[in-house]
Amino acid sequence: MQAGKPQAPKQPRLSGDILLQPFLWVMSLLDYVLAPLQKLIGYKRMAYFFVLPNLLIFGIFILIPMMLNFYYGFTGGDSILLENRPAVGTANFAQIFACKDFFSPNTCAEDLFWRGVWNTATFVVFQVVFIILFSLITALALNREIRGRSFFRAMFFYPVLLSPVVVALIWKWILQYQNGLLNAFFVSLGMEKVPFLLNANWAQFWVITISIWAQMGFFTLILLAGLQAIPKEMYEAASMDGANKWRTFWNVTLPLLMPTMTVVLVLALIRAVQVFDQVYVLTHGGPGTATLYIVQYIYRTAFEFRNYGLAAAASLVLAIVLLILTIGQLFFQRRREAA
Amino acid sequence: MSPTTEKRGILAFLTRRRGGKRWDITDVITYAYLLVGLIVMFGPVLWLVLSSFKPLAGLYEFPPSFLPYKQESVQVEGYDKPLDLYDVKMPDGSVRRLAQISQVGIGARLIDPKAPQDKPIDVKIEQRTPIRSLYFEWDNYVGAVQKFPFLTYLKNSVIVTIVATLVTLLINSMAAYALSKYQFRGRDVIFLIIISTLMVPISVILIPAFLVIAKVGWTNNLWGLIIPGAATPTGVFLLRQYMLTIPDDLIQSARIDGAGEWRIYAQIILPLAAPALAVLAIFSVMWRWNDFLWPLIVVSKTELFTLQVGLNAFQGELQQQWNYILAMTVLTLLPITIVFAFLEKYITTGIATTGMK
Repeated sequence: MQAGKPQAPKQPRLSGDILLQPFLWVMSLLDYVLAPLQKLIGYKRMAYFFVLPNLLIFGIFILIPMMLNFYYGFTGGDSILLENRPAVGTANFAQIFACKDFFSPNTCAEDLFWRGVWNTATFVVFQVVFIILFSLITALALNREIRGRSFFRAMFFYPVLLSPVVVALIWKWILQYQNGLLNAFFVSLGMEKVPFLLNANWAQFWVITISIWAQMGFFTLILLAGLQAIPKEMYEAASMDGANKWRTFWNVTLPLLMPTMTVVLVLALIRAVQVFDQVYVLTHGGPGTATLYIVQYIYRTAFEFRNYGLAAAASLVLAIVLLILTIGQLFFQRRREAA
Repeated sequence: MSPTTEKRGILAFLTRRRGGKRWDITDVITYAYLLVGLIVMFGPVLWLVLSSFKPLAGLYEFPPSFLPYKQESVQVEGYDKPLDLYDVKMPDGSVRRLAQISQVGIGARLIDPKAPQDKPIDVKIEQRTPIRSLYFEWDNYVGAVQKFPFLTYLKNSVIVTIVATLVTLLINSMAAYALSKYQFRGRDVIFLIIISTLMVPISVILIPAFLVIAKVGWTNNLWGLIIPGAATPTGVFLLRQYMLTIPDDLIQSARIDGAGEWRIYAQIILPLAAPALAVLAIFSVMWRWNDFLWPLIVVSKTELFTLQVGLNAFQGELQQQWNYILAMTVLTLLPITIVFAFLEKYITTGIATTGMK
């Protein structure tokens, strides 16, 4: 929305803004308190007053914990209180990285961590590849001239709104061994019932599938916005040159969509690396450690085994991975904005 | 009009496309994909809702029925409990409606409810089919709400969601206003710090964040759920970018007219930023309503559980009482579904333009 020349503030026209009206009204009342403050410190310094609440919360609950995490990582003991934690140098990191062979967790001192790492790696590869594939196909379908487009768009998006607990329970019910819908389907095809969540391979398959189901709509929307931003003239030019649909897709749509695709890729990666809550409710990491992922490892090590130092060290390793991915995202976003 | 042209008319109407073009194979594939997708995306939720209305017996039957049914029964003279009704295929090929007295192994003993004095009839169980009617078991919902402090959890979730969203809107818009409309020392550093933590998820700072909460004394306190997540970098960033498009002349002329800074912020900037605020409000409601990991850590007293944490605890305790679990799950997803039904356009365009969640 672009405001024109200076004028009295317009009343918001959108119906959803009715909810905001009481909020705005309380805000204008506060003026009676804050006008004297401005007299005291001058209008320029009011800027500090405006950033203060946000900065305070931000500092206390995000910045300080970020720094404390290093302290935890380099100290030991089972107390959460800083003063009761003896310094242990890099012992926590040494324990994490004490591995004869990084590819087989059994040879590692901290085998659960490496199981978590490799499970997460498997999850990330399959989840990200297929979520992008399905999101792209869906976005392409929704970008065509079809009837009921906004209905389909809403329906594909709907699971994104559901909480991880709800998503996990919906699927737990469908995947039930004794009386689940899916097993009924299998039996009707003449197959045996499968204990989906008690079989390591099936559990991994479903954890990945469900997370794709739950998040796909989000990436579909971003890709759809990217598709709609491609200028119509590009397609007209392609059809004038006699390109068929397939060639148009490969030579016009895909290259022009690439910047959006890279952003989607990095966002999907960052989220996939952090997979936790849905799986925690659905399988609790099981069967065995088949769906134990890195965030759950941190959660367990800290809040079930009370080994805060080791958990902090693990979360620092995770933070570095995320940092690399984030820098990647900023880089691609810059490039997209420049393009 | 002859039947054939009428038929063609309907067909033409159903297959008419925008721009008057003809259908081709890619259209067929597109619709087929979207319809299959529709079933895959919405089917599980529909299945949950239908299942939540099934009586306990219906929940555990295999194969499951699509709609919720209830076994019909009848009160027969001489029997205390109502007897289940069945259609029984008799040896002579006729079908009789009988009430079952007992079932042993693969055999069942039934009587005619109209003539209870007659000798009972013994049949094999595969010869009878149950008489059932469509039935919605509201008791699942009543039971879930009674057995389980649903209203307490709902209250906590509503308080956290509303208060947190108001706090988020207030402090994020204040910060965004300062960062977009003032020149002051440290502005760029502050902005950079906020942006650089855009991607620091709670999972990375779990332990120290919990320590800080404990030090502040907010474990087992709803403020511990509300405040830490209120300073969202995403919100500040979104609002700042939006406020940058509001012309500075507006602020200058308000200052000349003698308006205070807070007044300018509250009465000029906020109304103009209403679309961005609305997007942030929707996101905040979504984040807070669905939040799981943070409440799981901060709150350990049951009376302070939010719906998500409560639902998780509930499903852990009642392994087999799926009738209540399903009803609870439906109740938990209902509010966000209603919000979505009304604000679908806002939410989808909001995400498409900001790329956040």
